[in-house]
Amino acid sequence: MLTSLLPEFTVDRDEGRCIQCRVCERQCSFDVFGYDADHNVMVHREENCVACQRCAVLCPTNALVIKNNEYTYKPNANWTREYIQDLKKQAETGGVLLTGMGCDKPHKIYWDHILINASQVTNPSIDPLREPMELRTYLGRKPDHLEFRDGELELPDYPNVVLSTPIMFGAMSYGAISYNSFQSLARAAFDYGTLFNTGEGGWPKELRKYGKATIVQCASGRFGLDLEYFNDAAMVEIKIGQGAKPGIGGHLPGEKVSEHISLTRMIPEGSDAISPAPHHDIYSIEDLHMLIHALKEAVDYKKPVSVKISAVHNAPAIASGMVRAGADIIVLDGLRGGTGAAPKILRDNVGIPIELALAAVDTRLRNEGIRNWASLVVSGGIRNSADIFKAIALGADAVYIGTPALMALGCTVCQKCYTGKCAWGITTQDPYLTKRVNPEIGTQNLKNLLRAWSLEIKELLGCGGINSIESVRGNRLQLRGIGLEDWELDTLGIRGAGQ
Amino acid sequence: MSASTAQVSKTRTRYSATQWVKLDAQGVYYKDLNREIRSLALKGARRFEIRNVFGQRYLGTNLWGIEDRDKIQIRVYGTPGSDMGAFMDGPMIEVFGNAQDATGNTMNCGKVVIHGSAGDVLGYGMRGGEIYVRGNVGYRVGIHMKEYMDKIPTVVIGGNMQDFFGEYMAGGRIIVLNKFFEDNPPVRQSYFIGTGMHGGAIFIRGDVDLNQIGAEVGVEDPTDSEWKAIEKYVHNFCRVFDLEAKKAKLLKRHKFTKLFAKSSRPYGRLYAY
Amino acid sequence: MKDLSKVNNPYNDEKVISQCSIFGMMNTAGDPVSGKDIITAISNMHDRGNGLGGGFAIYGCYPERSDDYCLQIMFDTKVSQEDTEVYLKRFFHINLSEEIPTFPMKAIKNPPDVWRYFVQPKVEEMHEIISEDDAVTRRVFRINTRIDGAYVFSSGKNMGVFKGVGFPEEIAEYFGLEDYLGYIWTAHGRFPTNTQGWWGGAHPFSLLDWTVVHNGEISSYGANRRFLEMYDYVCTMHTDTEVVAYAVDLLARRHGLAIETVMDIFSPPVWEQIDRMDQKERRYFEAIRSTYGPLLLNGPFAIIVAHHGEMVAHTDRIRLRPMVAGIQGDMVYASSEESAIRLVSPELERVWIPVGGHPVIARLKDVPDHDVVEGGRELEKGEKVEVYPTC
Repeated sequence: MLTSLLPEFTVDRDEGRCIQCRVCERQCSFDVFGYDADHNVMVHREENCVACQRCAVLCPTNALVIKNNEYTYKPNANWTREYIQDLKKQAETGGVLLTGMGCDKPHKIYWDHILINASQVTNPSIDPLREPMELRTYLGRKPDHLEFRDGELELPDYPNVVLSTPIMFGAMSYGAISYNSFQSLARAAFDYGTLFNTGEGGWPKELRKYGKATIVQCASGRFGLDLEYFNDAAMVEIKIGQGAKPGIGGHLPGEKVSEHISLTRMIPEGSDAISPAPHHDIYSIEDLHMLIHALKEAVDYKKPVSVKISAVHNAPAIASGMVRAGADIIVLDGLRGGTGAAPKILRDNVGIPIELALAAVDTRLRNEGIRNWASLVVSGGIRNSADIFKAIALGADAVYIGTPALMALGCTVCQKCYTGKCAWGITTQDPYLTKRVNPEIGTQNLKNLLRAWSLEIKELLGCGGINSIESVRGNRLQLRGIGLEDWELDTLGIRGAGQ
Repeated sequence: MSASTAQVSKTRTRYSATQWVKLDAQGVYYKDLNREIRSLALKGARRFEIRNVFGQRYLGTNLWGIEDRDKIQIRVYGTPGSDMGAFMDGPMIEVFGNAQDATGNTMNCGKVVIHGSAGDVLGYGMRGGEIYVRGNVGYRVGIHMKEYMDKIPTVVIGGNMQDFFGEYMAGGRIIVLNKFFEDNPPVRQSYFIGTGMHGGAIFIRGDVDLNQIGAEVGVEDPTDSEWKAIEKYVHNFCRVFDLEAKKAKLLKRHKFTKLFAKSSRPYGRLYAY
Repeated sequence: MKDLSKVNNPYNDEKVISQCSIFGMMNTAGDPVSGKDIITAISNMHDRGNGLGGGFAIYGCYPERSDDYCLQIMFDTKVSQEDTEVYLKRFFHINLSEEIPTFPMKAIKNPPDVWRYFVQPKVEEMHEIISEDDAVTRRVFRINTRIDGAYVFSSGKNMGVFKGVGFPEEIAEYFGLEDYLGYIWTAHGRFPTNTQGWWGGAHPFSLLDWTVVHNGEISSYGANRRFLEMYDYVCTMHTDTEVVAYAVDLLARRHGLAIETVMDIFSPPVWEQIDRMDQKERRYFEAIRSTYGPLLLNGPFAIIVAHHGEMVAHTDRIRLRPMVAGIQGDMVYASSEESAIRLVSPELERVWIPVGGHPVIARLKDVPDHDVVEGGRELEKGEKVEVYPTC
């Protein structure tokens, strides 16, 4: 064991409240609790605790409090406890540090430096509860203009998908998350009229009935791909990168490749599922063009094809190339985007905040006169409905949410997804744990989240005197910056508050 | 100020309550016109006949503090301006022509009779009194009408209405005769009727399609006591517009649809804990 | 590049806000009428403006020079006029130039010099294949963005815009508009809230022979503007109305869409209503909303758009600004208030409040199949509009 580390957390048990029911012991998947029968007390191995709070929430007598360990190294602004512990772990193992979820570093969160406008006097605010308030969103290429022949509209032949609200569930593969979690996302998206993304881990056959709510992914691992997979879905997404780990691939360890996952991914049971860093048929932009059109061919040009990249320094130029290569939808995943497993050093240091990338890409595409050739979807760091509203006003068509969706299923962002021991039953394949997500309740909670955020977006629209989301899209006059420097306001394309 | 109005007020110091005082509003600014009416009313005049009205606003608003103001009658010939009868508390205004927007805005008491049609937002926040419109009405009519204790505002419309009718309605009653001159008129395709309704009732002569009404609105037949009220106000409608012959035809109970608020708290599930 | 926004938008607000009264009238037989009625009508709505802008558009006012583009230009200085004339001479044949007659009065302060030039674009100066309209548009933008102190506020054939800082009745008197004749007239009384008023910022706004007068505020301005900028429009004025004028130009002239479709793009039905339509209509609205969604004009507005042969009165889809339409004989009227129409035409065969988002379109009678489009789904074919007696 790593004896030189301090426990990160402590377990405070109120012995007066504890009834030795041993719920904590059964619920903890990180082996923190034991029962000392001789003394009829519970014992703790605090060094194992990850602060997932499963025990504290389920304790019937509220006897448990999980706390940050107050006993720490001598405080040091440079050598923080995190860096000391990380270093020691590496000295003891010689390994790369893994982590889960998105970057947790205090990089500036631009959403918190942007404020939203409201109508007063010169135009009326609109009451969203009683007047129509529209969130319907179409994703896909739009024609430059409409043609009429003899008064008859020539229908544009660019395929689009329709969302009832501009919120989709981002790519999380079956394998990275449990079947019950995966299924809850599919059902909630289907019921609510939006889309979920299968990620690259295939798409179980029995869930194909939710096809109109499904985006299937074509990533470098090419798991579970066939023509049926593409054609059963509403949209196909090429994943180039993700915000949490730009430029690297993935690895689902063989022990997680169960019979059902093996069937879904179309690989042998027990074998490692490895996603290479790049697509080995895409080494350049013209290769992307080739893959996009191969997929379009595969779906007979009836479904839009999106391309997802992580938000990196030259995202605007890349995005412009992607649009010209035929992408119908561009997905940008920002610095704070989540993951099931990523090297910590990449997660925390590579990429740029989604707010800046989004603004820069939208501006570039408009300057080039091709903004309507593709829709723009952003992800990575959306925390509430105001973030979504701000994203749309900066220029996004819709957002993906990943971490928020998992939180609706129970996740408390303990960042241990990569261990496969998720005590909330989400990022694990252990049947003892996965049943903790009840798909009925999971579906309902996800739908509640979509509903609640949609209602709040309508309130924000209404207070700005706008009754349809397309009038906010790219409408940066609805935003003002606060606590931002000129270059930041410039990049975001917004004025400062009071200007 | 036109010569004729100025003359009237200068030449007399006292007016009888039964005499019709005639005013010509041609080219008169609304402020002067309304001030003139008030000063005449202070001198005892209770009946006014105003000709050539073109857009003068706020008729009937400035009569607070005048004794027996519920005896004041103003006959308007022409097209009165917006906010006619705004905050009005007692008088009666009769318009021989069409009214513009916001008639009876937040009216507390009194009566408005319009022989033509009326514009948008008629009866906004109206708390009491009666409005009769022979023709059609515009958008958002009856918006946030409310009732309190014995004050129940009533609007009767002979024609039909545009969208957002009875929006946020919190009380009172609106009766829509839906083209009183026809036997079986279809209800006009107006939408968002009663959105946000949480009190009061709308009675429409004719069938209403469910896609025309807000989610908060229920549909049923009028009750016995409601029918009595409908009878009373349709009777009044026919009297003020001289349509006694139509009354029997209009008062066919089975043709009326009642729209009501399903709940006085339609947004209970809107908020998280 | 000069910055007109500094003139029209001295406080550098995100945009210039103004509310207003609007009035339009058209003789559908094409017979010219004088400006007397529209001046009477718009001045009756005096209280809807605040004296910081008034203006008129007249169609058919230069019949003797109906083939020439008439550029009406305001100049702050003699130098700006000289610069402009050098530029005009390079790109146009100038068939006539004259100062527009004015009648100075107390209420009108610091008026610019206002001239009109009847011109034809020089073919030899067009270095690419573009239409004459495009060539004129390009030169107008160039003068307005490059030549200090010069502003072209009217550029169509056989029509003219007259506008300035003052109440509309004062502007009418200043230009002597009672003596002009035209078969379409539109007028505007302005109530800006964040500008002292600048002559060029008054309505109507125009480009070629399209003009727009507008009442309300368009909350989607930022989205509309960024979309138009993608099509090379330079929004120099920071006003909603400018955006409406350019959107009409893009959709009706450059994309060749019917005016009905343009209005559908500005204020389409809500999705809930579209979902209930038959397949053909549903597809139409789906296509226009997804293609031209950024040009949905969101927020309260009432506009009167005109060009030769057509006058269109239109409101936002939930009708947050007023509009009344009336017909008497060959005359079609549209106004913020009915009383203004009644003042000039006490008797009306028909008078109605158009349904929100449904345009009232008046057309010349000699155009086959067209006269007045009712602008209201409630008016089924053959249904009579109730007209009530007035005085």
